[in-house]
Amino acid sequence: MIIEMLSYHFIVRALIVGLIISLCSSLLGVPLVLKRYSMLGDGLSHVSFGAMAIATALNFSPLWFSLPIVTLSAVALLWISQNSKIKGDSLIAIISTSALAIGIIAVSITTGMNKDISNYLFGSILSLSREDAILSAIVGVFVIIGYILFYPRIFAVSFDETFAKATGANVGLYNLLIAILTALTIVLGMRMMGALLISSLLIFPAISAMRIFNKYIQVTMAAALFSIIAFIIGFYTSYVSEIPTGPAVVVTDLAGLAIFSIIGKRKRHRPIIAK
Amino acid sequence: MALLECKNLSFSYEGDVVLRRVNFIVESGDFLCIVGENGSGKTTLMNGILGLKKQDSGQVIMGEGLVQKEIGYLPQRNDIQRDFPASVMEVVLSGRLNQMKRRLYYSAEDKRIARENLERLGILNLSESGFQNLSGGQQQRVLLARALCATKKLLLLDEPAASLDPIAQNELYNTIKLINLCDKITVIMVTHDIQNAARFASHILHLGNEQKYFGCIEDYRKSTYWKRITGAVNNDH
Repeated sequence: MIIEMLSYHFIVRALIVGLIISLCSSLLGVPLVLKRYSMLGDGLSHVSFGAMAIATALNFSPLWFSLPIVTLSAVALLWISQNSKIKGDSLIAIISTSALAIGIIAVSITTGMNKDISNYLFGSILSLSREDAILSAIVGVFVIIGYILFYPRIFAVSFDETFAKATGANVGLYNLLIAILTALTIVLGMRMMGALLISSLLIFPAISAMRIFNKYIQVTMAAALFSIIAFIIGFYTSYVSEIPTGPAVVVTDLAGLAIFSIIGKRKRHRPIIAK
Repeated sequence: MALLECKNLSFSYEGDVVLRRVNFIVESGDFLCIVGENGSGKTTLMNGILGLKKQDSGQVIMGEGLVQKEIGYLPQRNDIQRDFPASVMEVVLSGRLNQMKRRLYYSAEDKRIARENLERLGILNLSESGFQNLSGGQQQRVLLARALCATKKLLLLDEPAASLDPIAQNELYNTIKLINLCDKITVIMVTHDIQNAARFASHILHLGNEQKYFGCIEDYRKSTYWKRITGAVNNDH
């Protein structure tokens, strides 16, 4: 079964890109969840939907078109949330629903609701073209490298932004870096999960890993591993039972979270001696 | 030249002046407590010294080679996420961030200094424990160790003992005093706990949206502020 599955080029391509995206999103999910930014992913995915819908309407490449737009939106979201009285979560809702609405209008006055649009909402990793797969892989590897290179700094601004700023760290720059890496990850993940499901890739691995581990490096590693394994299981299940990949991955994530929660509870029942 | 001098400092938020005309000098080895009621501008002044808040007027002058980003800082307790998944070592090492310059990762030297500061605070045995599993007093020690990693000269502490139980409070104050005396690290501490401030401080800066009093502790004990706060009746007036 597995050999048969891997004999299709488009499946191997989807598998590789999916693994890279799973890794990116799980890494970024940890600081996003800890900084209470987890809704940023959801907001950006709607912006990405809007951008892809407009790109489709105008006959541009959706991936190329939405990469810069979503990145700029992430920067704008960060800037406005720091310089305006509107709270972060309301702001994200304003921007994401507006982008969604504009996208739908653009589609309805041109091509009408079609297969592409449904793909952007729910994802369809198997329809990835060769060029898109290569671009996704390159951007994904860039995100992973960026995260690894700035790991101590990302930790510092997640744990205590004020201290980091007081001791001279360029907090604005590192927040910007996190926002940009998130934007890139969202755009790539859109093809796999769709606008409605992409935040699961950011949140489930981080939350699950935090059920069990209490060191940052362990949480990061566990989240990455969790995400990769959940993707492989979800991907395989979707192939075997002919269900869409995105939802299969989310359900696997949910099962994983349940398992991690139970293990975490049992672990916590043992008294922790720290005196 | 003094380690730190504040000249005629004023701060405001959106046009409302919260603190005006602050003038004081901190010499190397001093233990300055900034006291005053809630909303009197204590934390604002501290943020001003750290460069987190821009002053409207006046100057913060640093001497003896003190650099703003090499001030060890312990923020108010509620600024920290208490359930953050990080080991004690990971937290303390992040205090070395300002020494990294262009390096990407912490060096062996950074790790040695982190361990040294954990040992100094008597919590080296906790270095691999989870920060979130510690008691409030232990967490404050960890953050103090992190602050010590960032400085050799000056510690700024914002209500370090707030919401600790009395025993933990006392232990923490004693530790801070010890660091001040033995390691010759200058301490500036914000607190509304005047009784304890008077036990440990060498100098007091009393704020109430402006500078009410600045001087050494002996003189402060003779001042009307002290008498008003401690409730001592003064019949001479």
